[in-house]
Amino acid sequence: MKVAVVVFPGTNCERDTVHVLRALGAEADLVWHRETDLSAFDGAVLPGGFAHGDYLRTGAIARFSPVMDEIVRMAAAGMPVVGICNGFQVLCEAGLLPGALIANRDLAFICKMVDVEVVDTGSVLTAAAMPGQRLRIPLNSYEGNYVLPDGSPRVVLRYVDDPNGSQDGAAAIANDRGNVVGIMPHPERASDALLGSSDGVVLMEGFIASMEVSHA
Amino acid sequence: MPDVSLAPEEDAFVPDPDANREAVYRLLGMSDDEYRSVCEILGREPRPAELAMYSVMWSEHCSYKSSRSHLKRFPTDAPWVVVGPGENAGVVDIGDGWLAALRIESHNHPSYVEPYQGAATGVGGILRDVFTMGARPVALWDQIRFGPLDQSKNRYLFGGVVAGIAGYGNAVGVPTVGGEVDFAECYSGNPLVNVMCLGVLQRDQLVLGTAGTDGAVAILLGRATGRDGIGGASVLASASFEEASEAKRPSVQVGDPFEEKKLIEACLELYEKGLVLGVQDLGAAGLSCATSEPAARAGMGMDVDLSSVHVRESGMSAPELLMSESQERMMAFVDPSEVDEVLAVARHWEIDASVVGTVKAGGMLRVFHDGSLVAELPAASLSEDAPLYHRPLGEPHWMEDIWAKTLTFVIRPGLAEALMKLLDDPSIASKAWVYNQYDHMLFLNTVIPPGNDGSLIRVGNTNKALAVSTDGNGRLCYLDPRRGGGRLVYEAALNVAMTGARPLALVDNLNFGNPEKPEVMWQFRESIEGISEACERLGIPVVGGNVSFYNETDGVDIYPTPVVGLLGLVDPMPESPPRLDRIEEGMSLWRFGPEWAINLAGSAFEKITFAHVGGRPSAPDPTMAKACIEMATRLVNELGIPALHDISDGGMAIAASEMAIGSGQGVRLEFTDWRHLFSEDPHRFLAAVPDELSETVGALAVEVGIPAARIGSFGGDEIAFEQGGIRAVVALDAATETYKNAIPHRMSH
Repeated sequence: MKVAVVVFPGTNCERDTVHVLRALGAEADLVWHRETDLSAFDGAVLPGGFAHGDYLRTGAIARFSPVMDEIVRMAAAGMPVVGICNGFQVLCEAGLLPGALIANRDLAFICKMVDVEVVDTGSVLTAAAMPGQRLRIPLNSYEGNYVLPDGSPRVVLRYVDDPNGSQDGAAAIANDRGNVVGIMPHPERASDALLGSSDGVVLMEGFIASMEVSHA
Repeated sequence: MPDVSLAPEEDAFVPDPDANREAVYRLLGMSDDEYRSVCEILGREPRPAELAMYSVMWSEHCSYKSSRSHLKRFPTDAPWVVVGPGENAGVVDIGDGWLAALRIESHNHPSYVEPYQGAATGVGGILRDVFTMGARPVALWDQIRFGPLDQSKNRYLFGGVVAGIAGYGNAVGVPTVGGEVDFAECYSGNPLVNVMCLGVLQRDQLVLGTAGTDGAVAILLGRATGRDGIGGASVLASASFEEASEAKRPSVQVGDPFEEKKLIEACLELYEKGLVLGVQDLGAAGLSCATSEPAARAGMGMDVDLSSVHVRESGMSAPELLMSESQERMMAFVDPSEVDEVLAVARHWEIDASVVGTVKAGGMLRVFHDGSLVAELPAASLSEDAPLYHRPLGEPHWMEDIWAKTLTFVIRPGLAEALMKLLDDPSIASKAWVYNQYDHMLFLNTVIPPGNDGSLIRVGNTNKALAVSTDGNGRLCYLDPRRGGGRLVYEAALNVAMTGARPLALVDNLNFGNPEKPEVMWQFRESIEGISEACERLGIPVVGGNVSFYNETDGVDIYPTPVVGLLGLVDPMPESPPRLDRIEEGMSLWRFGPEWAINLAGSAFEKITFAHVGGRPSAPDPTMAKACIEMATRLVNELGIPALHDISDGGMAIAASEMAIGSGQGVRLEFTDWRHLFSEDPHRFLAAVPDELSETVGALAVEVGIPAARIGSFGGDEIAFEQGGIRAVVALDAATETYKNAIPHRMSH
């Protein structure tokens, strides 16, 4: 079971993400965005950062990176694919998740610990969590405001006190099948009590476990 | 090099035949004497490209011509210093094969002209100084100062600078984990924007800014060169503002954090693979500096072909190419056999690279453009022959007057009202509005986050942690630059000690007014003396620094505002590092440090409640400073004390309130004289002590030789100051609201 952690030029959370996945017992490798064969992997994480500088629009250029064909294939095959922060934006641009992420309500970057509530445990990211469970996870984004103008998203994590204006208080959403998830806060940053919270571990563990399920 | 023809001397100077030389060199910020020196060095009149190079390299900003003679005063030696001042960053040994690189810089003038880009490119520049050394930048701190927020221009500058730091720092992927924010009228026309960067590297990855050996190839990496920032060092950074500074906007550079991020990763891969002999970043003075300085350091010369430089606009002249301060560029010096591999690394990271020169023995720097030789000069003359000024200095006539201007209090002011007024002052209030816009968590190493006294950053996969505190206090240094300078060092050292760390090295950013005024030079000299004395007493070497002069507008100078950045090391890292949020109900409040003198000179209390700045601040006491440092580190490392907080801006009243606000626990504090609540006399700190440790703490204080007293306790929902029958009380909720909203409320106008 091996996780591909995708690195676009401008991605910056890739090493943190690999560090936490490995600490939780998963195999994880960095994959450059020009890679066109991910057949050795059983799941993928698109980590946070500023892919291609976030120029034009967040995720808008990244969706054309060569590696994205493989991400689309893995998602279609039912393998777990999670986008964190900027990765969430890329998944939306790539059409793997509905909706879009626009500038925060207050038009300022937000970096702080937020509380989210688990509202749906049917996704690869929330599979190990309890419904109603509250988690403290750092948020770190400017375009973190989730919108889906003509529909209602499948929210799997909801902000307790919506910090950025997201529709339905969406902190994380999933596709119908539950194997593709976008999350705006950073679960990998909530993996060590020394740094303020280890509540993200249950999410990362759920992702790792579901990789095995999808493969079985 | 291509075949070249020598540009004829007669035509050499003439981009515009009507322009006379005098007008041109003056426009470039060069004096008549300096121009004569250039002619002497060359034995002839300079060509345009040569004049351009001398003008930027001999600018105040690049040459430190007014300050060099004073900077020699700093103590710079210690066994753990690997690289001292003079390189791109200072480097110290932190044990087990690990090194730390640190550097501080200012971007004051560009930030006034264009706050977002000025601040953003300041971040970019300091990062390059650090990864030039072979280090991965791991954290940033910003020290920013503005005029009061009741003026819309200051709100615009403050908002723009914070957005610029966030916009660049977050996107480039280096956490901004702390800093300082201060407001005073003297910064209205001249904000201060300083930034410090810390990097970490393994010893064998250390790279210096040297051009290597004869035959080495110079490869320019990164962003294409354009016309931005031309003359930034000479025109912007080395002159005062008079009127319409918008006219100087073309001298401000524009940053691209995405290019920088790729450049960082590419350079780190080059270092890892051992592909470079030396590296120099392109900052102030651009190519002029990145060719001449490494060559001079190596005792070499160089042939440079400007036609090979990758550019983003056509028709740039040789002087423009040499002076451009386009951002996100690095010059790597590599062995000829490894050029292809270096270019392959650049291609992988999707950055541009061009081979622009060859290192030559002999010390001459020759620059070619379109097949012509446009400059030929001794490489070392641009740095080593730079003018050196011993500017006149004299104690300001006003010093005796301001020392005599003390406030006397006939009656005790309302303490609760005073406390609330201080909590509502943006200089004291919570800076969360600022640091919540900065990514301060990336890399998963921020053990003590912003909002505490010092930062604590874990070092990779080791047990080590690095502590940093940055401190400045313009008001204090205005009232006594020598005492003020010394106290900054002691305060920063104590802040570092309160994380458990031992002070290791210091960098300084000296922000001063116009050096052509004897009073300013006196303030400068006195501050350096104060900083140096304190560093000597504590055994802390100065490993780098920066000088920013001409911080004046319409003839009014800023407060002398040296800022120090102090690095400390703790190994192993304490298991439970102290943080204000670890305070629990029932813990006792202890005060450590000497008994109080009655001195409120320079305090935030006098400034904020009485609009008074006067009197002479207390002198530091090195013996007590050392005792404080020892006590604090032992409280953390031996006893695991949950929270410590130094007594500085706003005195003990604010320190205790911040502990209450930071933990959500009320606090009760007993005092003997109300002035003790607001005194900012140095070498004093508070700690939250669990009752079971009382005896141990008391015994430790005796052993260390520092006065200590239990002065109160935590719990409840009030902040209360008590003395006999007097009781000043503020509800914790109200204090918290005021403290947290002071800046957001003002910025929402």
